[in-house]
Amino acid sequence: MRVSSTRRLRTLRKGLLGVVGLAGFLVVWQLIPTFDLINPQYLPYVTDVAARLAEESRDLAFWRRLGATMTSWGIGLAVATFAALVLGTIVGLVPVLRRATHTTVEFLRPIPSVALIPLAVLMFGIQREAALVIIIYASFWQVFVQVIYGVADVDSVARDTARSFGLTHRERLSHLVLPTALPYVMTGLRLAAAVALILAITAEMVIGNPGLGSLIELSRSAGDSVGLYAFVVVTGLLGLLVNLVFRFIERRSLSWHQSIRGEEAR
Amino acid sequence: MTTQTSSITTTRRGGGAGGRILASFLYALGLPFLLLVVWAVAATRSTNRFFPEPLTIFDAFTETWIGPAFVEDVLPSLYRLGLGIGASIVIGVALGTVIGLLQWLRELLEPLLEFFRAIPPPVLIPVVMLLLGITDTMKVVVIISGAVWPILLNTIEGVRATDSVMTETARSFQVTWWERLRFLVLPAASPRIMAGVRQGLSVALILMVISEMFASSSGLGYRIAYFQRNYQVAEMWSGVLLLGLVGVFLALVFGLVERRVLRWYHGLREVSRA
Repeated sequence: MRVSSTRRLRTLRKGLLGVVGLAGFLVVWQLIPTFDLINPQYLPYVTDVAARLAEESRDLAFWRRLGATMTSWGIGLAVATFAALVLGTIVGLVPVLRRATHTTVEFLRPIPSVALIPLAVLMFGIQREAALVIIIYASFWQVFVQVIYGVADVDSVARDTARSFGLTHRERLSHLVLPTALPYVMTGLRLAAAVALILAITAEMVIGNPGLGSLIELSRSAGDSVGLYAFVVVTGLLGLLVNLVFRFIERRSLSWHQSIRGEEAR
Repeated sequence: MTTQTSSITTTRRGGGAGGRILASFLYALGLPFLLLVVWAVAATRSTNRFFPEPLTIFDAFTETWIGPAFVEDVLPSLYRLGLGIGASIVIGVALGTVIGLLQWLRELLEPLLEFFRAIPPPVLIPVVMLLLGITDTMKVVVIISGAVWPILLNTIEGVRATDSVMTETARSFQVTWWERLRFLVLPAASPRIMAGVRQGLSVALILMVISEMFASSSGLGYRIAYFQRNYQVAEMWSGVLLLGLVGVFLALVFGLVERRVLRWYHGLREVSRA
């Protein structure tokens, strides 16, 4: 009983401190242009940015742009995840393939996906497809590598046991390989979701297909600093939301796994 | 991302040493070679001019990048990249250690840091441009403003998770504050720090390219965008290739450094696994 009440006190303290930190940041932000440490033209007042956010949230055009960004994100992430799951499982389960693809993967993976932007623009023009090329390329590797590791991580005793009990190929895949690989896959998926969002917005900034990124680029070139900061805040909130959702999915789908169970017992 | 590549190597005995070397040579270079051949054949057959032959790209590569362009475009980019990464590591580890050690500070800053990490780093380019103008400093600051978060947050996590028995032992043996930091906290956090640095590296490379595509008259990113706008397809491909090489080079250097820094850690894991 006492343990739970002290714990509750601690979480309360933690939440309170967090709010104080956030409020302090906003106050400092407001004070910097007030005392003219930085010209308000370059760092607008918090209050102005907040007002702008409220105004944009009533504007359908803004939501349409947001929707465009999230659509690119969703399509890109889905395609990349599917491809990575299929290819990763095949490559991960066949040792010969794993060895043969190793150098190719290690060469292709570190190529910064933004290097492909010019190529994507040449191929598809200022279209969503160009952005998708970048998003898929970047998020594919995140999942693919995790799947390869995960599939290869099957405990050898468990594998031999399954084999001697005569489990079929399919049974082994669903009862042995899938549970082993799932934590890896979820990690990869969480990373890929964040990366896909980064590149969806980046692509819009550089390529110019409509979305949040192009809004940011527009307000920059128009000298609309209030709008610029407002949209940057929106991207941050969006990133936070994506992180939270995928962390939640990860916990839910791995509720049986030691890493999550151990954490909750503590 | 943090899992080790060493777990992939399969040990298979049999055959002479020469045969084994030949086999691993074939495994390493077989697929890349095959892909190049397929590309070359496809390029000669199709009329799609966006995919020139590998040899054309190779020619463009030597023509474009080897010579004065290397000094004018590649070196400044790499210099800014190195500076940005170095500063990110110093700032991230220093701040992260302080925040990780002080619980109240950590709780105070946690939501804020989570938010800053969630901001897609390239979005900061226009903001930094607004604050600093289009200068070299701006590009370095852009790199830092994106690459510092994974390093900072991982350092905080790593420092926080220092084994409590060890901390208490060190304290009861009256190990000084500095020695505790040097010999206990930082080594204990180093696996996490290195994981953060690895993430930071890829962010830094992305930001280097984009900041140059956005606002520059020199640099790798600028060159590639320039070639694209002028439909110099082979030259553009050679730039993509060069960026890929830079990425691979960074990954290699990081792998070497990591293996050195974390030698004790990998050794420990091997033992516990066996």
